[in-house]
Amino acid sequence: MTRLSRVMPALGLLPFLAYVVIFMVIPTINVAIGAFQDNDGVFTGANISGLFDATMMTTLWRSVQVSAVSAVLGAILGTVLAAVIVTAPATSLLRRGVMALTSVFAQFGGVTLAFAFIATVGAQGILTVLLADHGGFDLYGDGWLYGVRGLILVYLYFQIPLMVVVFVPALEGLRPQWREAAVSLGASRRQYLTQVAVPLLRPAFLGSVLLLFANAFAAYATAAALVSQGQIILPLMIRAGLTSEVLLGRQHLAYAIALEMIIVVAIVMVAYALLLRRTSRWLR
Amino acid sequence: MNQSPWVGRVVRGLVLLVFALFFFFPLWSMLDFSTKDFVTGGRTGDHWRALVENDQLRRAILTSLELAGLTVVLMLTLLLPTMIWVRLRVPQATRLVEFLCLLPLTVPPLVIVVGINGVYSWVNYFFGGSPLTLTFVYVILVLPFAYRALDAALSAIDVTTLAEAARSLGASWLVVIGRVVAPNVVSGVFSAAFISIALVLGEFTFASLMHFDTLPNVIVLLGKGDTGASMAAALATMILTALLLIALSLLDRRRSERN
Repeated sequence: MTRLSRVMPALGLLPFLAYVVIFMVIPTINVAIGAFQDNDGVFTGANISGLFDATMMTTLWRSVQVSAVSAVLGAILGTVLAAVIVTAPATSLLRRGVMALTSVFAQFGGVTLAFAFIATVGAQGILTVLLADHGGFDLYGDGWLYGVRGLILVYLYFQIPLMVVVFVPALEGLRPQWREAAVSLGASRRQYLTQVAVPLLRPAFLGSVLLLFANAFAAYATAAALVSQGQIILPLMIRAGLTSEVLLGRQHLAYAIALEMIIVVAIVMVAYALLLRRTSRWLR
Repeated sequence: MNQSPWVGRVVRGLVLLVFALFFFFPLWSMLDFSTKDFVTGGRTGDHWRALVENDQLRRAILTSLELAGLTVVLMLTLLLPTMIWVRLRVPQATRLVEFLCLLPLTVPPLVIVVGINGVYSWVNYFFGGSPLTLTFVYVILVLPFAYRALDAALSAIDVTTLAEAARSLGASWLVVIGRVVAPNVVSGVFSAAFISIALVLGEFTFASLMHFDTLPNVIVLLGKGDTGASMAAALATMILTALLLIALSLLDRRRSERN
């Protein structure tokens, strides 16, 4: 075997590698470099320090709020739904149906989802009109649907199903023998839950919360379709930067925000991977 | 444990009902909205008819469908041979290819779109400014999901034995990949195609920030004027996506039952 014949097969990977480099790696590197340049390509720290001015910090805080609240609420409600499904027999129609539906709903998002909620609780939404006609309740209020609270509600529509999809395997991994062992040693139902089930599931639960957080933090389409003006969260601030509505002459601030986003998502995903490793010790 | 069984059943039923309301009421609202005559308050099919009669909407639907088709074709020609080749000849690259394929889960589309200007000035130079050039970034977008589907199908068959048998009978590598291995992973190919179509039909980030008139983009534009038609288009997209994903879960189940 010559050296050449060992290298030749690796050449077969070239088209794929070149493609991924051109359409994913180069844009990402561009963002990392562009974050330190001004519009003329001169290196500057202005974009990065721009991330720490008052408006940007408020926007970051709102982004974290939307992501964290929708992740925690989504995780809790998703766990409730997952628990209801898992206690049904594995072959039951209910369990299979709900599992199939959750994997569909977890993919919903973006424009269509925003429209679904506008049709329901928007100014002319079915529920809004219904409540106004019967009892005169003003559901629309100050237009909360287009603010932080609205985003949290809409994000729950894909966060809860995603939680079910990622958490059901962990719940299924709890072996009945462990419960039997605890009960035969005299544990009450409450003791089994608080001293066996909860500690075992904690890493998986926290990991799922992180996954949900990253999922919401990077989401753009739903928020963009819902909030057509203003930039209440970071992804929308990037939109403003790219279309230079308000950040005239500071388009490169968008690069810095994008870099901030990569860093936050990367930290969260690494923590997720670490927690997942702990869960996989006993799962299966 | 000391509760009577029917209490638990009632509680579970109530919980499921609340979740069902949360998930299905918005869909029902869309249906109601898209069939409402805003002038008389009665029912009408006009908004749904607009899907084919409204020029802008029809063109956007065609663009999105073409994009979905092109993305599937390019994704398969790029990914399937590469994944088979890795298994057969360069197994030491398995982790690298997996890492690259799953990377788009960590690098959000929004980040890629910010940095893609330079690359797309070349794409526009070679292919013109057609919306169909979105295919290139959509392949990246669907990479993680397509990879998982194809990987599951390839793991279920003995690729090496198939390839050795074909090679010893004189088949070239192209024949091995295209006519021996690929036909054995058809279910994986369909899964990868379905999830890709579903993702492309709903994609908004790239399309809107790169200013191409795909369906989701036009739905938002129309939403400001012709709300009924954009509701109809949004609901149609959701139904199509749901059908694709349900077909996908059926395919997955068939495969897991066979193994």
